[in-house]
Amino acid sequence: MSNEEGYVTADGRKIGGTLMEMKNITLRFGGVKAITDISFDIKEGEIRAIIGPNGAGKSSMLNVISGFYVPQEGEVWFKGAKRPPMKPYQVAQQGIARTFQNIALFEGMSVLDNVMTGRLNHMNAGMFQQAIWKGKAEREEVENREVVEKVIDFLEIQSIRKTPVARLPYGLKKRVELARALAAEPMLLLLDEPMAGMNVEEKEDMSRFILDVNDEFGTTIALIEHDMGVVMDLSDRVVVMDYGKKIGDGTPDEVRNNQDVIDAYLGVAHD
Amino acid sequence: MFYREAGDFKTSYVDDNQTFPIKFDRYRYYFVLFFAFLIVPVVINDYWVNAVFMPFLIYSIAAIGLNILVGYCGQVSLGTGGFMAVGAYACYKLMTSFPEVSIFFHVLLAGGVTALVGVAFGLPSLRIKGFYLAVATLAAQFFLVWLFNKVPWFYNHSASGQISAPERTVFGIAVTGPHTSAWATYLFCLVFVTICALLARNLTRGMQGRKWMAIRDMDIAAEIIGVDPLKSKLSAFAVSSFFIGVSGALFFSVYLGAVEVGEAFGINKSFLILFMVIIGGLGSIFGSFAGAAFLVLLPVLLKNVLVGMLGWPTDLAAHLEFMIVGAMIIIFLIAEPHGLAQLWRVAKEKLRLWPFPH
Repeated sequence: MSNEEGYVTADGRKIGGTLMEMKNITLRFGGVKAITDISFDIKEGEIRAIIGPNGAGKSSMLNVISGFYVPQEGEVWFKGAKRPPMKPYQVAQQGIARTFQNIALFEGMSVLDNVMTGRLNHMNAGMFQQAIWKGKAEREEVENREVVEKVIDFLEIQSIRKTPVARLPYGLKKRVELARALAAEPMLLLLDEPMAGMNVEEKEDMSRFILDVNDEFGTTIALIEHDMGVVMDLSDRVVVMDYGKKIGDGTPDEVRNNQDVIDAYLGVAHD
Repeated sequence: MFYREAGDFKTSYVDDNQTFPIKFDRYRYYFVLFFAFLIVPVVINDYWVNAVFMPFLIYSIAAIGLNILVGYCGQVSLGTGGFMAVGAYACYKLMTSFPEVSIFFHVLLAGGVTALVGVAFGLPSLRIKGFYLAVATLAAQFFLVWLFNKVPWFYNHSASGQISAPERTVFGIAVTGPHTSAWATYLFCLVFVTICALLARNLTRGMQGRKWMAIRDMDIAAEIIGVDPLKSKLSAFAVSSFFIGVSGALFFSVYLGAVEVGEAFGINKSFLILFMVIIGGLGSIFGSFAGAAFLVLLPVLLKNVLVGMLGWPTDLAAHLEFMIVGAMIIIFLIAEPHGLAQLWRVAKEKLRLWPFPH
């Protein structure tokens, strides 16, 4: 499946060429190897899942992609160019947005302000212009508000627009966090357990949003998720990790029938 | 009844982004401006200016400055007194070196100089947070006061070690020095307060304010969506110090006229401004005004009530004043830890619905 060119998914969507490629990534914390020699790619327009048992290194992998961790070995290629070691905010400027396993919203701000923050890479009025307000700052503020309102519409959170985030229930917070990431209009969207702690209905909503985002905006999505049903339904290709190593890679069906993966999840008899 | 949002529809994002989106608020704001600029100067006298208005206005600027740093960006600072001293001494040096330039620009430039100093002392904030940062900024407080005492160049080698403001005029009217009139100094400060409050409001409602608040609320998430922590923390220090420098310059040149650095800009001042910000409400421009008003007006009010109306001896009243102010601070913080601004917000929310409960 990992041919350089794109492919066509089972449901008939065209997937483009490679957007991001991880080449032989190794990440160590002191003596502990979190990730060992992992390579995989993410193609334009696909939904790519990373799964694995607890402690497999999935979140570490996401943190490598978003620039929190710099791997000791290996290369990260983005849009056909090798990416030098970067700070997280520089990665964001390149067009990669993410959500967190534990919600990382700005609790003291309203929903609108939270989502507007996602637009910051699209606004470049200087501090003096903002202090004067009239002119460029106000114009940018309005233009970007329009984009943000589209995202708010899309995720159906109009009614809580002006509510302080701290007052929202968990499920809505997750949605606002997705809205903030989407507002950045990223090329690559990283979702760290978007359904964690949700009930079936909320999971269905979130799945629908993820599929819609991919479908309407053509956003490439990489997600970590523990709910196998969701993963198998949503994703085009799956990477399976265990103890920091890659043990499987392919379509959901291929992965499901992979003996290593079955062993990792169900355990294997030692005799 | 009076305070209604109903019928006040916004049809554009520009309308929705206004400083005062509710009509009543807007009219109240225009009324306050009108009152402050046109009515007060006519009826004001020396006592009111020196005891009430001037300290209130000048501390308001400092409180706005500190609020940007502590309330909006979440970086605790105890160096306010030191930064006010920088503003005062910068203003003094500018006034004596360039007497032909208007004092208006001296005050602004003094703010600029303070901004640079603030950025320098803000550098540790990139590595340390919370109480530890407070201790680091405490170093700025002590170092700056020591510096202005130690180096005679700063006070132009005057024998007393004090700096005193020469007479300067704006449009031919004296605003500093011994021959000032109450209304002129009041208006001069009021102009700066208005400008500073407007600038601060614009900065905090736009993207810069969001960046600061993002850093305050969760710095990791802020970085992941593209906030450069170095730039936004240092810009908070710069803007905050600019306002504090302006207030220090006004405090020295217009209000006191002559200062001795340890006395006027000691650690007490840092705490006073910090209390104003906390009592007024972190992360609110209105709160800065409310806090400054609370800590400036309450002692004056108590003194007038105790000495003027009840006829108690002044020394007894002075001691009681401390106790009452202290007790009220505690009561207020227990009743509303988010400050006077939050009380105000709650009151407004209630008023919007009144007389209906929901």
